Formats: sequence, structure tokens, C-alpha cells
Amino acid sequence: MSVDTRTGTATEAPARAESRQWTARVRHAAESAFPPDQLLPDRQPAYMASWIYVFGVLTVVSLAWVIITGCILAIMGPSWWHVSTTGHFVNSLHLWSVEAFFFFMVIHLWGKFFMAAWRGNRRLTWATGVISFLVSVGAAFTGYLSQQNFDSQWISTQAKDGINSTGAGAVWNVLNFGQMLMWHIVLLPIGVVIIAGLHVLMVRRHGIVPPFAEGDSDAEAATTAAAPAEGLA
Amino acid sequence: MSLGALLGALINLNGTGRYIHWGFIQISVANFVVIVLMVVVFVLAILLPFPKRKRGGQ
Repeated sequence: MSVDTRTGTATEAPARAESRQWTARVRHAAESAFPPDQLLPDRQPAYMASWIYVFGVLTVVSLAWVIITGCILAIMGPSWWHVSTTGHFVNSLHLWSVEAFFFFMVIHLWGKFFMAAWRGNRRLTWATGVISFLVSVGAAFTGYLSQQNFDSQWISTQAKDGINSTGAGAVWNVLNFGQMLMWHIVLLPIGVVIIAGLHVLMVRRHGIVPPFAEGDSDAEAATTAAAPAEGLA
Repeated sequence: MSLGALLGALINLNGTGRYIHWGFIQISVANFVVIVLMVVVFVLAILLPFPKRKRGGQ
């Protein structure tokens, strides 16, 4: 059924013709996987009242600051961030946002590890979190190589032997500034944002992991995920 | 004295880095401090009670 926008009356939609279109199939799949009240809920289980989730949110906020300050640095260029006072400030904001990002993410990761947050069919939630952490390490590393100062030269010459010992140096050359810069400002940020976004979507889809209970099992954790919206304490 | 100069007086970052050597383990003092801080904050996050929302009229 659909609504005629001119008259406001409900009419029978040509459901069979609509379902053949890929846009309709994608829409139906998205609506099925992420109903609006589950995608943007206003109620959460009482056990969400934990500082560990606060650190997860702080990680996302830090990532936003990393992206914003990184965009400003990209716009203005190294002659600005190395010389001007404002450039130094934004450069420092970029660095300390990354420090905060890893600080908060590691605490969130530790907390979720000891909660065994992969229980109840939440393997993808855990996996996307771990992968985003690993990709972030690469993003931070290439950031150190992109500073255009003696520090970046020192780090790259120290790292080349380690990378070359793995065989990856043949295609991923840490002494190639242009390649490292492109990885830092294009590929790895895209990867981090996409995987972190998937992580949040997985949290929305499966809900947060319930606390351990007596006789807790993976199946019990999964049944709790089916009805994640409970009253917040 | 500006805030920057004050903080600079507390922690001098202009010199060479200090390192901790413990057997085959070698780590900079700065990295060690960050790791200790993360452990401390993690323990506090576990132990400190999460504030509960006060609902008016209930």
C-alpha cells in the first residue's frame, strides 16, 4: 500500500513491480535489518548504565575531532602547520585527538573483552571493533610518517627494516612519502570511518551484550538481544 | 606566565626521551605513563558507580 501525495489517499501499490527494483530490495533489506526505532532508539537496557559505553562514545567523538582537524590540516598544508601559531595549535589538536581516540578505545576494548561482548551472535560487533582498532594503528603510523619533519624521517627509516622483513615493503614502502600520505589521508581514514560505522550499526542491530548471569550461555545472551529496548535505570 | 609556559615548566619535552629498561623490555617513560593512566582509568570505570537519572515526580 502507498499514499497518493496529491490526494493523501491510500492506494494499492504495484508491489510486484516495485519489489523487482534493486532500490526497493535494498530499502526493504535496510528497513528489515535496521527498523527506525532500533536504529535510533530512545530506550536502552538498564545494564547500559556503564562507564564502558561512555568510553565508546568518547572514542567516536575523538574520531570526529581527528577527521575535522585533519581536514583543516589538508586544506592549509604543511607550510601552515609547521610555521604559524594557529597551524601549530590545529596540528596539536590533531595529535591529541588521536591520543584521546586510542586512550578511550583501548579502555572500551578492555571492558568489552572482559564482558565477552561477542556473546549472543555479536561476533561481528566484536570483530568490527577489533578491525577498526587495527586499521587505526595503521592510520596513526602513516600519520607519523606524514609530519614532514625529522621525526617522520627517523620513524620511517626505523620502520622500513621491520616492514621489509615481512615482505610487505615491496608494495608498501614507508620511505615513499607520497604513498604514505595518500594512505594516511585517503585510504585508512575511509577504512576507519566505514568500519567504525559498521561497528555502531552492529550495536544497533544486535543490542549491547547482557551481563553474565548464573548458568549464562551464548543462547541466553542471544535471546536478550532480540528485545534490547528495556527501561533505563 | 602563560599557561603554555607553565605546563612547559612542569613537563620539559624538548630534551631526549627517557626510557625504562627492564631486561629485554624497553619502553619510553611517556608511553609507560599513558599505559598506567589507561589502567587506572579502566579500574575507575569498573569501580565507580554510574550516575542514575533522577526522574521528576517519581
